[in-house]
Amino acid sequence: MLRYALKRIISLLISLAIASLVIFTVIEVAPGDPASFMLGINAQEDTLAALRAELGLDQPKWQRYASWIGGMAHGDFGTSYQYRTPVSEMIKDRLWVSLPLALYALTLSTLIAFPAGIYAAARRGRAGDIGVMGATQLGIAIPNFWFAMMLVLVFAINLRWFSAGGFAGWDKGTFAALKSLTLPAIALALPQAAILARVMRSALLDVLGEDFMRTARAKGLTRAQALRRHGLRNAMIPVLTILGLQFSFLLAGGIIIEQVFYLPGLGRLIFQSISARDLIVVESITMLLVFAVIVVNFAVDLAYAAVDPRLRSRT
Amino acid sequence: MNRNLIFGGALSALMVLAALMSFVWTPFEHTAMDIPSKLQAPNGVHWLGTDHFGRDIFSMIMVGARTSIAVAVVAVGIGFSLGVPLGLWAAARRGSWADEIIMRGNDLIFAFPSLVIAILITAIFGAGAINAIIAIGIFNIPVFARVTRGGALSLWAREFILAARVAGKGAAWISAEHILPNIANLLIVQATIQFSLGILAEAALSYVGLGAQPPTPSWGRMLADAQTLVSIAPHMALVPGFAIILTVLGLNLLGDGLRDVLDPRLRVARS
Repeated sequence: MLRYALKRIISLLISLAIASLVIFTVIEVAPGDPASFMLGINAQEDTLAALRAELGLDQPKWQRYASWIGGMAHGDFGTSYQYRTPVSEMIKDRLWVSLPLALYALTLSTLIAFPAGIYAAARRGRAGDIGVMGATQLGIAIPNFWFAMMLVLVFAINLRWFSAGGFAGWDKGTFAALKSLTLPAIALALPQAAILARVMRSALLDVLGEDFMRTARAKGLTRAQALRRHGLRNAMIPVLTILGLQFSFLLAGGIIIEQVFYLPGLGRLIFQSISARDLIVVESITMLLVFAVIVVNFAVDLAYAAVDPRLRSRT
Repeated sequence: MNRNLIFGGALSALMVLAALMSFVWTPFEHTAMDIPSKLQAPNGVHWLGTDHFGRDIFSMIMVGARTSIAVAVVAVGIGFSLGVPLGLWAAARRGSWADEIIMRGNDLIFAFPSLVIAILITAIFGAGAINAIIAIGIFNIPVFARVTRGGALSLWAREFILAARVAGKGAAWISAEHILPNIANLLIVQATIQFSLGILAEAALSYVGLGAQPPTPSWGRMLADAQTLVSIAPHMALVPGFAIILTVLGLNLLGDGLRDVLDPRLRVARS
């Protein structure tokens, strides 16, 4: 187990190093000079030079890469070109919207998908199964931002149950804050729930054909008991993989949904920063998201190896 | 006959037909503005209504199908033409450093949140169809490489491959002549799935303004235009939304149907 964990940690570090290099390079070759963007087209050459020096843009590339990485390692993401405030503080505020949104959506997705998948597997081939599977086909095909617009149309504009956009803020109380995240979370969760329900169903169907399930029935358990005690646990491995992937997808996918609902999350920050050429913010948010995705996948991998020793020898 | 195959094939064919048809005929010029008849609900003249500039939505949907299909086809093409050879190479030299590098590189691309990177690429290098294609295409490479390698690995252990090697054929020759035709069904099914994902990705990118630029119509941007008008002209959001859903649904069903029909093992299991 230790050997496996070490191998995985090394490949995790390599992934992060390459990812950071790619992001840094993309931002480096980006057209447009942040200094002239900030000062406008009429800026004097010496003012521009002074600003570039202040922002550290005159240093050699490798030195800027090193100080970017070194800074991030202890939580210093640099200073926003546009607002002159620490990027880490901007991100921290926005993370309090994006992270709860992703977790909320993940919870909803699980709450919908597990019962739906289990139900479909238990009624395999019958009307209930066909109905659930048809619904998941539709769920996968629906773009989440379109679904979000429809939710706004029905629940915010026509029924007036929710506000059409914006975020109440956590200081208005947990209920108000969660309420303003509810429609975005549903929009994010639905397509994910469709995928998860399909994985849950096929994982359960695989397990149901196993000998140990027949043995469980033979020793006198009912179908439901056998499913609960032996089936579900064994079906969880593929389901957990998808859950891990979904969390990172929800965190990154929130970017678009935040646009629909005007939520002040990481997504809106990234778009605002792109249009203002505030590249250090773009760079840091992208790296943070990539970091989150890579680390979550790593944690999922490690979790399986802990649960299922057979997987350790595979890599 | 397979129900998924027929239904999915029909839906997909409908979209392709609409796109092809738009080259020779649309009910109206898709860019023609007609402010007096703006925001009309679907009616006898404008079958799917008009948008905020009075443009005919049916015509825009037809031309938009062109954009969606073109972006998805080229993006899948990039993934296919780079991913398949890489996968074949990795399988032919399994366990070697080349295999290791290709597969680790794949894992790395997989680990990136594709949407974020696509946004980054299009935002930095300029919004537009070409950059959207590249951004979507890059993430198709590892998908095809992995499917190809997986399928090819099991074939390399078979007797007929051994016979080909005994006959003196090289790895590249065997890959092209014996491996590729035998994994074609896997690749076709995967291409269908990636195609539908490409259409969704293109819609998302043009929704946030990073895909095809005006005046090129695109379903995603039609939805972006509809967003502020959804309460007074819901059809502006409903129509492009349904176009996306039906196309993606059709392609997914087509993929499922093709898998059932093309995979002989499933055919045996069913009968």
